[in-house]
Amino acid sequence: MQDSGISVLFKGINFQRLLLGLWVTLRIALITIGISLALGLLFGLLMTRKNRFVRGFCRAWLEIVRFMPQLVLLYLAYFGFSRLFGWNLEGELSAVLVFSFWGIAEMGDLFRGALTSIPTHQRESAAALGLTKRQINRYVLLPQTVRRLLPQVINLATRMIKTTALVKMINVTEVLKVGQQIIGQHYREPSVAFWIYATVLLLYFMICWPISLLAAWMEKRSE
Amino acid sequence: MEAMLRVEDIRKSFDGTEVLKGVSLEIYEGEVVVIIGPSGCGKSTLLRCINGLETIDSGKILLRDQVISEKKKDQHLIRQKIGMVFQSYDLFPHMKVMDNLLLGPTKALKRPAEQVREEAMEMLKRVGLYDKAEALPRTLSGGQKQRVALVRAMLMHPDVLLLDEITAALDPEMVSEVLNVVIDLAEQGITMAIVTHEMRFAEAVADRVLFLEQGTIVEEGEPETFFREPRTERARQFLQSFTYASARKTVKRKG
Ligand SMILES: Nc1ncnc2c1ncn2[C@@H]1O[C@H](COP(=O)(O)OP(=O)(O)O)[C@@H](O)[C@H]1O
Ligand SMILES: [Mg+2]
Repeated sequence: MQDSGISVLFKGINFQRLLLGLWVTLRIALITIGISLALGLLFGLLMTRKNRFVRGFCRAWLEIVRFMPQLVLLYLAYFGFSRLFGWNLEGELSAVLVFSFWGIAEMGDLFRGALTSIPTHQRESAAALGLTKRQINRYVLLPQTVRRLLPQVINLATRMIKTTALVKMINVTEVLKVGQQIIGQHYREPSVAFWIYATVLLLYFMICWPISLLAAWMEKRSE
Repeated sequence: MEAMLRVEDIRKSFDGTEVLKGVSLEIYEGEVVVIIGPSGCGKSTLLRCINGLETIDSGKILLRDQVISEKKKDQHLIRQKIGMVFQSYDLFPHMKVMDNLLLGPTKALKRPAEQVREEAMEMLKRVGLYDKAEALPRTLSGGQKQRVALVRAMLMHPDVLLLDEITAALDPEMVSEVLNVVIDLAEQGITMAIVTHEMRFAEAVADRVLFLEQGTIVEEGEPETFFREPRTERARQFLQSFTYASARKTVKRKG
């Protein structure tokens, strides 16, 4: 049989299938990043609290997230919960839960870092001008926090997009899984694997690169 | 005459250590009071208590006969009337000089930006920074930053201006450009409480000098008498630490 090489991409609906897979990837990533940003801000604020119990709780959460492999957490949510509690979580839902569990803590830690790195002097000289707490946050602290955070948040977001590739292990058909299915159908044509994987890489790149550009542009504009 | 600012027997402790041990003072309208004393004696704490950055444990602070030391929600309204400039350069780094200047008047006082801008340009001109309105703080020298900080505080038209060692972090050659601005403010009749280690400046600018030591005012007097013939031994010793005995040797030349 002849090797179809790059033309495999345009055979039948292969390319649409890949794009559909990419959409699943993106959907999981976007929802997760959204949740992580919103609740991560809350998490970050909690981490700056004086209360020991609250801080200890956040620290523990962050440590767990850092030393547990994502894949194990995914298996736990997808397979473990159904065995133990009889919860049959769908693959996508499990993925969103696990990645949010991770993202909230990581984003939170970024927010905490940015919030505590702005010197008290900034807050105090703004206060000395007679601004209200709210005005101080809005005009003085928040813009500086955002500026410091932006590159790190973008970095984490792209990491999260890339990590979604793991969800194929819990039977979610995202872009990588689709690619492997196509390769499977052409298992006698050795060059197909190369072209499919190259395309998947390119698709990831096309998502992550503009995000980085956007971040660079926003950072420059806010100077 | 009623005092513009009156501090009545205030006490303040940090972690059980009393830093202000019953300090009383008053500053009259248009008066410049200089507070000097060894480092750690409570000068910064005193100024910070006055504008509410620290709460006091007991005593009272009054601005134009109104008690301002009761912890209330509208502390920001009181701070609008008390300007303060710190030792560290505290311009907002993400804003141009002009935006630093506009923030307080337009957001806290709700004055129209155009009107404030005009006034700000005039003040910048007066302190020799007319061409820096659109500059970012990090492009300025320390001396320029402190001059901008002074203008920023003055644009709020405070009843009293508190200056806490505003030249202490500056390179020596920049000290006088900042202090000259303060002298100019004094001549304009701005009411000020100034903490400084620049004794000659203190003598030049002060209407009255307070010597603070270990949280109490040990001596108070007019600059002429205080710097020439201090009444207390402690003040005398303190002032002496700023003078140096001559180390020059008489060298005999062969003739
Ligand atoms: N926030 C604080 N917490 C604990 N101790 C403080 C605090 N602020 C000042 N102090 C202590 O109070 C004393 C007076 O400090 P300060 O008012 O800064 O002195 P000065 O400005 O005269 O050098 C010092 O011993 C200092 O360590
Ligand atoms: Mg001090």
